[in-house]
Order: sequence, then structure tokens, then C-alpha cells
Amino acid sequence: MTSKSERMFDVLVVGAGPAGLAAATSATRAGARTAIVDAGVAPGGQYWRHPAPSEDGVSAAEVAHLHHGLATYHRLVAGLRAVAQFSEHHVWTVTRDTDGFVVHVIDRTGGGERAVELRSRRLILAPGAYDRQIPFPGWDLPGVMTAGGVQALLKGHGVVAGPRVLVAGTGPFLLPVAAGLSESGANVLGVHEAASPLAWLSELGAVIRNVNKLGEGASYARMLARHRIPVHTRSVVVSAHGTDAVERVTTMRLDRKGRVVSGSERTIAVDVLAVGWGFTPQLELPLALGCATRVDVDGSLVCEVDDEQRSSVEGVFVAGEACGVGGAALATVEGEIAGTVAAGASSVAPRLRRSRAALRRFAQAMHRSHPVPAGWVDRLSDNTTVCRCEEVSFGALRSMQQDLDAHDGRSAKMLTRAGMGYCQARTCGYAVGCILGQEASRTSGFAERPVSSPLTLGALAASSPTERA
Amino acid sequence: MSQPHFSFDGSQIPFRPGQSVGAALTAAGVRSWRSTRRAGRPRGLFCGIGVCFDCLLVVDGRPNERACLRLAEPGMEVSTQEGTGHGDLEV
Ligand SMILES: Cc1cc2nc3c(=O)[nH]c(=O)nc-3n(C[C@H](O)[C@H](O)[C@H](O)COP(=O)(O)OP(=O)(O)OC[C@H]3O[C@@H](n4cnc5c(N)ncnc54)[C@H](O)[C@@H]3O)c2cc1C
Ligand code: FES
Repeated sequence: MTSKSERMFDVLVVGAGPAGLAAATSATRAGARTAIVDAGVAPGGQYWRHPAPSEDGVSAAEVAHLHHGLATYHRLVAGLRAVAQFSEHHVWTVTRDTDGFVVHVIDRTGGGERAVELRSRRLILAPGAYDRQIPFPGWDLPGVMTAGGVQALLKGHGVVAGPRVLVAGTGPFLLPVAAGLSESGANVLGVHEAASPLAWLSELGAVIRNVNKLGEGASYARMLARHRIPVHTRSVVVSAHGTDAVERVTTMRLDRKGRVVSGSERTIAVDVLAVGWGFTPQLELPLALGCATRVDVDGSLVCEVDDEQRSSVEGVFVAGEACGVGGAALATVEGEIAGTVAAGASSVAPRLRRSRAALRRFAQAMHRSHPVPAGWVDRLSDNTTVCRCEEVSFGALRSMQQDLDAHDGRSAKMLTRAGMGYCQARTCGYAVGCILGQEASRTSGFAERPVSSPLTLGALAASSPTERA
Repeated sequence: MSQPHFSFDGSQIPFRPGQSVGAALTAAGVRSWRSTRRAGRPRGLFCGIGVCFDCLLVVDGRPNERACLRLAEPGMEVSTQEGTGHGDLEV
């Protein structure tokens, strides 16, 4: 056991993705006693996901070709030399203390669960996001996976999710997923992108200021062309079929308004469907601390931050996807600003502010060009599962609305148990909000969670924080 | 150099160090290892990053382990999780 004073930091960063890594290296460079805590086995977050370090196992070198910007990653990791690093440490809540914050952590190194408390004067929260999902008939069949999950299997474990993969949903992220799978030997049957190929034409201003990002997209497009992977725009997967696992999916074309074109059904035999509709920021920790939020262009609830990445709560900074989904480059810049300011530096380089502004414009353009097409609720049947954990069907939610005249998130939880399962509505929260006809992310009680991960009672008892947020 | 294995419902599953139980099962062609509490439907990996809790299974007698996060270890005994995974204690 180290003593309390040894565990007191000036700046503690939660999350070792692009935003958190940049924040920690900037804070330590500016002279702050810095710690970085991440639930994962290796630094990198989602974008720079790396295999667990091992002897004779899956090596970082083996997955290097799947990565972009590895030089930046290595520079950031090298910058952590003087930083206290806690990997496989899950922050389950954060509370206030007289001289800062108490970070309640579950140490999962070596398979067990031990409660640990870390103290810090200032916090930088960089918890990232997860794939946003919308339900459709058959989406609960094994073999239907999130696009990010398929990517994580590949980057983190060197495993291709299945022999024949169809990639679907919306957003530029679908391209690296398809390209990576194909480079790793999967038969990628096609990318079905719901957006129109013309969408970006109205966003030229943002695109021109971000030629680098375009370059990354173009390199994936070339890779797809080389592997002869067809990209179908204005196309959606409307259902998945199979008995004990997905065997086939049905796709349909969308018209200009995003409605399915009747008669355009095509059925394709697959082993895996990788699907994603953008990302949902993880807001448990900022919400537990009372940080102010807003609804972003993509309909996601995100943290409100000022020009210096400060949240509305004194001493708490937020960086990366948690203050607006925008990709790794934006996350890195925001992290650098947050780390510099949290360490007490008086000014932020104008270069950083300019690049953040340009990348944010690009992100907004991306959101406007890749909306979740309306009309998906009409394609649900009464027995389509909406909440996967509690097995709540669309029919159950509908009859709650019709028979009981209940339309809010809290009623949905109490009356149908939707969102009450293990995942605490992370997976179905957006969809339930849309079904109830409310602005998804504002649905009360769907984004706030008492703890950021289910814990065993033993670990909870052992930690007993003096003050709960 | 022989490859390490763990057992899954009685059969031997090879893995490479650093892989999760879920990744090794996927590589071995296994797609589901849980049946849901109500409808008894099969589930396997969905989010792949510890968010959705679809991939729960039993590791060395302990239920509700996330296959996508739990690293495979030689000699581990892994089994399908039925319902809550608590056998006849199921409520
Ligand atoms: C599964 C998945 C795969 C993705 N793959 C790619 C890709 O290949 N290419 C691409 O361009 N974009 C990818 N993305 C998009 C990605 O969100 C961003 O591009 C980028 O990684 C965001 O950086 P970030 O630092 O904001 O967050 P992240 O990279 O998500 O990092 C957040 C980190 O915080 C940690 N964390 C969160 N909460 C806690 C807690 N309570 N306690 C401890 N640690 C915590 C997480 O373990 C994670 O390492 C992916 C997203 C997902 C969900
Ligand atoms: S696959 Fe979602 S938690 Fe494991």
C-alpha cells in the first residue's frame, strides 16, 4: 500500500485513447504530476487498439498495417515516461474531496478485482465512445456485430470475425473496417452506406480545410477498389435471417429522402454483418460529476466544454469523443489542449486552436452527411428485440405507449424493463429514445448510470467511498 | 512450440497469448456461448469492447464473465452460460 500523499496527482487522466494519451503527455511536459488510468490492456484506446502484451502471442507488429498515424502513437506513449500508468484499471465513479477528486478504481490486473482510490487536484476525462446501434429484425442473431467490434477483434486480437462479411450502416469509419478485413483475408461482400454519395458536395468548405483526412479516406477507397469490394451508397440492411446465427441479410435501396424503395430487396448470404451508425459518447463519469451537456449535430448527448476544454465543473476537463464525436485527430488536439491547460500553462498554441476548429468543422460536416436515415422504426415488427439484455420487444414498447399512454424513458424502464439490464441502456438507449418519440439522447434516465460498469458486491464493499456523487 | 488451449463445453480451443476468450472462440468458428434468460436465444460477441454484455459465459465456475474482455489462459474451463448462469438458483 502506498500512502495517501504518494497517490495524490496534479492531473489524472481517465482514458488512454488518442485524447487521453495526448492529454497526459502534454500535462507531464508542462510539469504536472500526472496519472493515466485505462480499463484496457494496452494504451491506445479504440483507434490505436493494441493486443495485450504477451510472449509469443499476437504482436503489435502483426497488426501495425491496420493502423494509421502510428508515429504519433509511439511519440505519445514515449512521452508517458514520467506518468503513473494504470492499465486494466476501471474507474467506476469519481467523487469530490476537499482538495480535488477521489477516483474510485477497480484494479483488474491478473484477473481479480481490487478496489483502489486515487486522488487528484484536476481531472481530464477522455472516455471515448462506442458504436451507435439501431435495431432491425434479426439484429440479435450471433454473427451480427458492431463495426467497431469487428475492428477491435482484428486490431486487438488478430482475429477476422468470419469468412464472408458484409459491412453496413453509415459514416467514413465503415471504410477502414472493410479495408482491414479484406487485407486480413476476409471475403468482404460489400459496403452498404446509407448516405448519398452527393452528401459531401454541400460540405466542401469543411472538406477543403481537412485535406489530410480526405487523404486517409482516399487510401481506404483505393484499397477497396484493389480488392474489388463494391461500395453501395444509399443502401441499408433491413433484416438479418438465420436460425442460430446470421445466414443471410436483406438490403434495400434508399430514395433521396432516405425511404426504402419498394421492390429493391436483395438477399445476400453472409457469415458476419458488421454494422454501425456513428458513435455514442460514454458520459457516465462527466454526468456523475454534474458536467453540463448539450445535444450535438448527430443527436448524441455530449459534454459542453469551453475553449480550453474545461467542463462546467471546476477542475474537470473533457477531451475526445465525449465532447463530440469527431475522430482520432480531433481527439488528439483536444487532449493536447486539455493537458496543457490542466497543468497550469497560461496559453495554448494558436496552431492547436486552429486545427481544432478545422477538425470540428469537418466532424460537423460528417454528421450532416451521414445521418441515421429516418424510417427505421417503421421496419420493426412487434417481435423485433429492442433491448437485447432484457429481451424487450418493439411490441412491448408500443403497447406501453398505446395502452398505458406512457412515453418517457423512466416509464419504459419501469414498465417494460427496457434499458434495465447489464448494459444499462448503452446499447438500446438511442433507439428507445427515438421509438418513444423523444430526442434520443435527452431521454431522462437513459444516459445517467450510477456506476460506469457493473461490479461485484465484494469489490463494492471493499471500496465504500465516503461520499457518493 | 505447442499452442496453448482452454476447454469450452468439453472441447479444446487453441488460442494465441493476448487473445480474449471470445476472440479465440471466434477464430475456432464458435459463434454463440450464451442462451438468454427468457427466450433461450443464442448470443455471442456483439460490441466486442465490453459495453453490451451479450457475450457472457462461465469461466472456471464463475458466470457473467465478458468473453470479449477476459484474456484466454491455458487450462481455463469455459462453458456456455444458460440464463443467469446460476444453475438451479435461477430466478
Ligand atoms: C470499438 C471501436 C473501434 C474503433 N476503431 C476505430 C478505427 O479503427 N479507426 C477510426 O478512425 N476510428 C475508430 N473508432 C472511433 C473512435 O471513437 C475514435 O476515432 C477515437 O478512438 C476516439 O478517441 P478518444 O481518445 O476520444 O476515445 P477512445 O479511443 O475510445 O479511448 C477511450 C479510452 O477510455 C477508456 N475508458 C473509458 N471509460 C473508462 C473508465 N470508466 N475507466 C477506465 N478507462 C475508461 C477506454 O478503455 C478507452 O481506452 C472506433 C470506435 C470504437 C467504439
Ligand atoms: S461483446 Fe459486448 S460486452 Fe462483450
